Amino acid sequence: MRKLLLESLLKAPLTQAPPSPDDGALAELAQSLKRASRRRLGRSLSIREVDAGSCNGCELEIHALNNAFYDLERLGLKFVASPRHADVLLVTGPVTRNMREALERTYAATPDPKWVVAVGDCALDGGLFSGSYGVVGGVSAVVPVDLHIRGCPPTPNALLKGLIALLDA
Amino acid sequence: MTFLSALASKGSRVGAQRPWPRVVVDHPTWLQGVVGLAAGEATLLGLWSDGEAVHMALHGPEAPEVLVVSVPCPARRFPSVAISHPPALRLERTICDLYGLEPEDSPDRRPWLDHGRWGMRHPLGVREPAPAQGETYAFHAAVGPPLHQIPVGPVHAGIIEPGHFRFSCNGEAVVRLEERLGYVHKGIDGLMRGASLDRAAKLAGRTSGDSTVAYAIAFARAVEAALGLDTPPRALFLRALMAELERLANHFGDIGAICNDASFSLIHAHCGILREHVLRVADVGFGHRLMMDCVVPGGTAVDLASAGAQALPTLMRTIRRRFPELVELYDSTASLQNRTITTGTLKQQLARQYGAGGFIGRGSGRAFDARKMPGYPPYGDLRFEMMVRQNGDVDARVWVRIGEVAQSLALIEQILDRLPPGPIRVDPDPPAPGQTSEGLALIEGFRGDVLAWVRIADNGTVAHCHLRDPSWFQWPLLEAAIEGNIVADFPLCNKSFNCSYSGHDL
Repeated sequence: MRKLLLESLLKAPLTQAPPSPDDGALAELAQSLKRASRRRLGRSLSIREVDAGSCNGCELEIHALNNAFYDLERLGLKFVASPRHADVLLVTGPVTRNMREALERTYAATPDPKWVVAVGDCALDGGLFSGSYGVVGGVSAVVPVDLHIRGCPPTPNALLKGLIALLDA
Repeated sequence: MTFLSALASKGSRVGAQRPWPRVVVDHPTWLQGVVGLAAGEATLLGLWSDGEAVHMALHGPEAPEVLVVSVPCPARRFPSVAISHPPALRLERTICDLYGLEPEDSPDRRPWLDHGRWGMRHPLGVREPAPAQGETYAFHAAVGPPLHQIPVGPVHAGIIEPGHFRFSCNGEAVVRLEERLGYVHKGIDGLMRGASLDRAAKLAGRTSGDSTVAYAIAFARAVEAALGLDTPPRALFLRALMAELERLANHFGDIGAICNDASFSLIHAHCGILREHVLRVADVGFGHRLMMDCVVPGGTAVDLASAGAQALPTLMRTIRRRFPELVELYDSTASLQNRTITTGTLKQQLARQYGAGGFIGRGSGRAFDARKMPGYPPYGDLRFEMMVRQNGDVDARVWVRIGEVAQSLALIEQILDRLPPGPIRVDPDPPAPGQTSEGLALIEGFRGDVLAWVRIADNGTVAHCHLRDPSWFQWPLLEAAIEGNIVADFPLCNKSFNCSYSGHDL
């Protein structure tokens, strides 16, 4: 047994090096994996909510997205605690002058690629509060906006419709 | 003679204000009012300005119960209230920020809502241009070798409103918390000036979205008092129905969120379901989940839809079946109560001094509910108990909410039983030409008492309106309640207070 063990130590292993992959199969796999990953992972977005001046009405309905009826996470959408972890900024409110810099810095802290969704009638153009000395205006007056979801506040269903459209785009 | 009636006799009565008197006083009488406040003879309900005078609303235990004293400010100054009565401090700083009226001898001259970003000073007074660069804020220092600071916000980790918290800590223990608010200042007092009643009612309903019904009722009642309108009985009952639905929805949200901040997500999930049930019935009954713009001056904009009337008893049954199980779970989970009992204790004396409303005051032994006193219809015809706890901790504030859920259910059942028939709205007439009229209202929202004061011009528009959120007298108490607690318990304490940012920042 000792001789056998010694031989196996001194001789080169019998195992052959693996062949290099078939280029055609590789391309084919890559294609299907891309589809699978797009289907499974590409439908996942992390959302950072930013209240830039809202009355808190929009926040209440955004909260509702997490309840058992709407269950946002089953769609691959989840709220995260930091803009650094986010793909999407969900911004509410007319942007107040006192929140402008905080919104700009939150946007700058979000890695590319990123989307901004402006939620509520105030976020569109300042709504009822436009023209006030304390208000800049809608969200697009401060950061580029990809999608507006209307409503005062938008219902959870309206929010879901908007966010699902973002996933499918 | 009570303190308030003695004070009232020393000033000249302004005829236009209803239902409670307003008197214009000189500086010595104003200071007597301040001394009385500091001695606990009355509670401060509000302190605001219209640019010409500073108005102070006081509440006392006996008639006239509510009194507004006004001191004219021709020299752009007024005697500080906060120097003797600290609850007035942030209100005073706000008057200075917005109108440029200086509180003489104020103990704190830092701006409050003005962050140096409006491009002007005193936007509602004599405007002075100022570069909108943002100003460094001089936080109160807490220094010493073991202390470190933790700055939090204005953008927070959750789906909540913005504000800044500056913690000074010794290891895990919070030595001092200082709040800096004003981030969501939209200029509501300014937008109200010259607004039509319709637009003003919409603005009032968006002062703090979670209390949209309470604000709309407060504004409507102030207008109705000013114009001497008789609100139809059916509208009064419908308003109370909406107000109790709003209270239910918010209390469910809060109870769940407090448990969630103690990492007990099961109750949170179930409370979220109950909240959603309430909002859906509100939608079916009144056409809007939060019932925004449903209450208007003169009555209500909508009647209860028949589908809503049918859905309400089912909702009551669902809550009565499901909620007691959650209460039982809260009451029997020692690990959860370990987090809430003796955490974030608010002393009774502070709750009294600040006139803290809602579950914060009632959780610390302050038996005050604007539905009971001064009271407003239809609550005088309805039976309900005031929930009061003595301990002042997170647990006490949870139990006050739990008790109020049961009371709101009982109220809704009584309202549905007695809902009178008839019209839901009368149209307001403007005051006589050349006359202004003023009205005041105090309404119990889910968070506490909302004060609304309105002056209506002779063309029927709003000349001035001031809305005082209960949070003005609650936010400062959070700074006191957190002291000595660990940083990790701050979210729990904060959620148990659940103060409004938007309602405070205006």
